[in-house]
Amino acid sequence: MSPQLLIDISALLASFLFIYGLKRMSSPVTARSGIVVAGWGMAIATLAAFLYYFGVSEAAKPHLTVNTALAVIALTVGVSWAWWSGKKVAMTSMPQMVALYNGMGGGAAAAIGAVELLKTGGHHGPLPLVVTIIGSLIGAISLAGSLIAWAKLDGRINGTWRIKGQQLLNGTVFLATLALGLVIVFGYHGHAPAALTGLFFALALVFGVLMTMPIGGADMPVVISLYNAFTGLAVGFEGYVLQNPALMIAGMVVGSAGTLLTLLMAKAMNRSVANVIFSNFGPSSDEVQGEIKGSQKPAEAGDAAINMRYASKVIIAPGYGLAVAQAQHKLFEFVKLLTDAGVEVKFAIHPVAGRMPGHMNVLLAEAGVPYDMIYDMEDVNGEFKEADVAIVIGANDTVNPAARTNKSSPIYGMPILNVDQAKQVYVVKRGQGKGYSGVENELFFADNCNLVYGDAQKVMVAMIQAVKSLDGGH
Amino acid sequence: MEPTTVITGFVALYIFMLAAFTGYEIIGRVPAILHTPLMSGSNFVHGIVVVGAMYALLNATTVLEQAIGFFGVLLGAGNAAGGYVVTERMLEMFKPSDKKKS
Repeated sequence: MSPQLLIDISALLASFLFIYGLKRMSSPVTARSGIVVAGWGMAIATLAAFLYYFGVSEAAKPHLTVNTALAVIALTVGVSWAWWSGKKVAMTSMPQMVALYNGMGGGAAAAIGAVELLKTGGHHGPLPLVVTIIGSLIGAISLAGSLIAWAKLDGRINGTWRIKGQQLLNGTVFLATLALGLVIVFGYHGHAPAALTGLFFALALVFGVLMTMPIGGADMPVVISLYNAFTGLAVGFEGYVLQNPALMIAGMVVGSAGTLLTLLMAKAMNRSVANVIFSNFGPSSDEVQGEIKGSQKPAEAGDAAINMRYASKVIIAPGYGLAVAQAQHKLFEFVKLLTDAGVEVKFAIHPVAGRMPGHMNVLLAEAGVPYDMIYDMEDVNGEFKEADVAIVIGANDTVNPAARTNKSSPIYGMPILNVDQAKQVYVVKRGQGKGYSGVENELFFADNCNLVYGDAQKVMVAMIQAVKSLDGGH
Repeated sequence: MEPTTVITGFVALYIFMLAAFTGYEIIGRVPAILHTPLMSGSNFVHGIVVVGAMYALLNATTVLEQAIGFFGVLLGAGNAAGGYVVTERMLEMFKPSDKKKS
């Protein structure tokens, strides 16, 4: 068997295993085996890639030993670093890690494009060149954008960066990049000087940064999902250039799946993707909000706990703050005390609770909360009026009634959890800060709402102690 | 050695079209709780880019191409390995709940 035939078979096998693996990942029952199946596909394809050794071009033969050594080093370093960092990252930081790995994929696709464009000996027709340019452009944007998204979610870049005429600047940079790409294809027929190719990539990277910087943190999940689709497309296009069907299929499957996922996420936040990218949560929202009536009333953790112990129905609305405080285990301990006392407890999950759709489910699953206690927003929203107590832990924008009523609010129209309809609302939060979108929350000023200030984990411990001492005294 | 499979413009379009439908069908009917793991899983799948980067690196003829190729393989390997570990860790948590359900 020729090495090329083995490569072709491995590519076919990998494509099958990827699709079959993704299919298995789409059901909770088979999800775990799905990633293992896809993993085998990756291992086979990567090992088979060493068979390219036997088929390199004449010009590359003198460099083959060095190139192979470089490949082994790059693989070893890349895999070990990613394996180590992926193992040690906390569950709460998962979204930014996904962003980081995704950016790396985009960078790799751009690198393939760069090498192809630098090859002066190649006889490329215009079509493969155009595809190379587009793949490189998308890959480079995904790399730069994902890195900014990672830095923002990781707290390395705070706030948003906006200037006057930003969209004009972004548009100009994008058109300049595109024009330069056209010059490389049709002006130089792929034999452009390295400096010009370098400038093309530099502009594409700058555009990726410019495009992502003004987007607020609350919109980041949608942006990461969009860049995930971008990287998929870039990989698919570069796969066409390299005539590798495995890259084409895997890239395009991810490109379309990622696009659909992006639309679903944007829909859950009641925003369009164009809205996320081009007009952002305005910093001037405070001025138009008008004054909020009422005052914020504090409550002791112990009192709140005892109130819940004697309630018949309690609904919990967890948010990212819960996960940041690592309080989900203590929360579940408290919930078990309540259910032992005969209280009906439900978890209400907003579609964008956490930092990505489904992120909060993962975090609660980590704490051992059983599935039948966790409800999606649509299923549980009608039950808040019957609930004696609704407790909000580390969530803010997803429970802000302004989204229903205040047309001038930047989050107007976003579906929210109807916690304000419960007889009593407790909000556990660290201080009097605003939500991730920077919007003041009317809920905190409502008559039926009390705020329990403190670190979520410490508050949960105090609540557990209060209930335990109460039941111990009986 | 030229690749044995020559994928021309239209064949490429057919492959892209069918692959796009496949991706759409896979994600279309997924419960929201699996959105994050699936995003992470699809993030892993495009780590296959490492194979293309290895092709580019092995065929590099200048120091610049070697440097870019090395960079590409490094990033692609990170994408694949990191995507795998993170996805596996997320899906690991679905195990006990599934047992309770069945």
